[in-house]
Amino acid sequence: MSFSDELRGYWKPLTESVLAILIGALVGAIVLWLSGYDAVAAYKALLEGAFLGGNFAETLSKSTPLMLTAITFAIGSRTGLFNIGAEGAVYFGAITAVGVTQVLQNPLTGVLAGLLVGALWMLPAAVLKVYRGVHEVISTIMLNWIAFYLAGWMALSVLANPENPNSTLPIPPGARLPLLVKNSTLSWAFIIAVLTAIVVYVIMWHTRLGYELRASGQNPRAAEYGGINPKAAVIWSFLIGGMTAGLAGAVQIMGIPPSYSISQGLANVYGYGFDGIGVSLVGRDHPLGIIFSGILFGALNAGATKMQQTGVPLEMVKVIEGIIIVAVAVPGLLDLFARLFRRGSQ
Amino acid sequence: MNETMIIGLLLGSLAAMVPIVLTSVGAAISERAGVVNIGYEGILMLSAFFGTISAEITHSGWIGLLGGALTGLVLGVVHGVITVYLKGDHVIPGIGINLIGYGGVAFGILAYWGTAGQHQVPSYAQISPLWMDAFGNSLSPMVPITFVVAFIAWWLLFKTPFGLRIRAVGENPEAADALGINVELYRFTAVLIASALAGVAGAYLSVDWLGTVTKTIAAGRGFIALANMVFSGWDPLVALVGGFIFGFFDNLAIYIQNNPWLAGAIPWQFIATLPYLVTLIVVAGIIGRARPPKWDGIPYKRE
Repeated sequence: MSFSDELRGYWKPLTESVLAILIGALVGAIVLWLSGYDAVAAYKALLEGAFLGGNFAETLSKSTPLMLTAITFAIGSRTGLFNIGAEGAVYFGAITAVGVTQVLQNPLTGVLAGLLVGALWMLPAAVLKVYRGVHEVISTIMLNWIAFYLAGWMALSVLANPENPNSTLPIPPGARLPLLVKNSTLSWAFIIAVLTAIVVYVIMWHTRLGYELRASGQNPRAAEYGGINPKAAVIWSFLIGGMTAGLAGAVQIMGIPPSYSISQGLANVYGYGFDGIGVSLVGRDHPLGIIFSGILFGALNAGATKMQQTGVPLEMVKVIEGIIIVAVAVPGLLDLFARLFRRGSQ
Repeated sequence: MNETMIIGLLLGSLAAMVPIVLTSVGAAISERAGVVNIGYEGILMLSAFFGTISAEITHSGWIGLLGGALTGLVLGVVHGVITVYLKGDHVIPGIGINLIGYGGVAFGILAYWGTAGQHQVPSYAQISPLWMDAFGNSLSPMVPITFVVAFIAWWLLFKTPFGLRIRAVGENPEAADALGINVELYRFTAVLIASALAGVAGAYLSVDWLGTVTKTIAAGRGFIALANMVFSGWDPLVALVGGFIFGFFDNLAIYIQNNPWLAGAIPWQFIATLPYLVTLIVVAGIIGRARPPKWDGIPYKRE
């Protein structure tokens, strides 16, 4: 397949994603209007908060963990799995990074330890799927809740900060990821996320392992005839997905000033796993698409803070994201619209 | 352990089983017809919210349940149109609906009541219990109703022509189609029944059992219900048994957390993981034997 063919293949999913985003924005505006808010002012604030001046650094910073958790879902999806367990792996990636860097004070060990523990946390779901046939949606959701309470407990006990009851011990200065832009929260974490997306793209589309994962995702029986072990594919898919999710948790704490620590109730690592699902769906489960949809969702999250100042609750952006996903789920959205449009113009 | 504690635990388990059973019974009907939906969590959330609003406006908890059912129906129409008529993926819409549920309720509590994260349901909008003792143990009328609903669902599925057709379109839609059964209509109806039941379950959380709306009120019960459905082998009567087991652990976690002398011994976070841990273990033990309907989650397109 030549590069231009590959590009042409992206055209339709891209326009469908854009269409879904527009639908999300439109329905979101209707919800805002019905709830008695000024939708225009809210959206204006949202856009300013996301793109104006230094705010764009915030958008990129907010997109970082989302890209990584989206890759978790995307790898699962390409392997025929609905892996929604990124959330739990993010918590443990963060916890591990804080713990390990207390002893080994350099960024690399923190990042690698987070990556490793993220993969380990996914292992039960993989084993249950392969050996017990437990559907991964159920196992990963249950594991997310278990992770929430266990990691929450570790944050308050093992890693408790004696000087600040509202957070864990901070990452020591020697193990923090350097900032890219002064007075922002944009750090090397963003570069790591983009590089990860590219590496995963290469693995999935240009290596034997990736081919085996995708083949068993499209048709496990045919893949098995072709000499691929679908069980191994499932386990690899969970492990690699766990790595990127654990990485998300680690860099989220190692790269975000000023606290460089996990807040009470896991507040600053909560929700990225769930949001990553949406990012992946809008990015059409493709690592390179995810870079762009990650920035879009990052913009929504960065802009939400500014939108809040107009009185609109922060969570409105989650509603918009949910509507975008439902719109993405409509098959042949573009064809549907084209048909409606043609009928309308007759 | 004295008598009051045992009664308390038992009644608490019965109260906790209601939302799980109602949701899993509905899910069983939907999957028997071949439609998977993982959006029950979002339906529980939104119907807890809209159920409370309808109960507060009409001063009736029962109207609250109706409001919840209607909320469920609307979301069911969305899921049904995408999966049954447009032949879309069965899992993705649910992911979206769950996100809308969590975001929408957090947004809605602030937008409608002006409080952040939590709203207490006033007593005039709550369903009054059938029975109550001096220690605050109570029995909701929804407990017997849930048993009746499970029986009716079982009877409908396995003893009526309607149920036979529901099962036929999930097991072998091609044959059903050849016999002149409207596959899409039966699938769509099953989705609506399931969503409405989950809607009642959601409203029950707020206007009856918990008496509050919070931004995490469903707390994974939509997924626990799906696990229970698998446990039950897609059978509403067995779902009652599973629902009681899940309800028992759900309630036990709340119970231990509220008893300082017990909670002091083990970190409460460990106890809070119980319902989820038990779900995992039960599902892991059971699944090898469970067989979903053959066309579960697969869109049916006429050749």
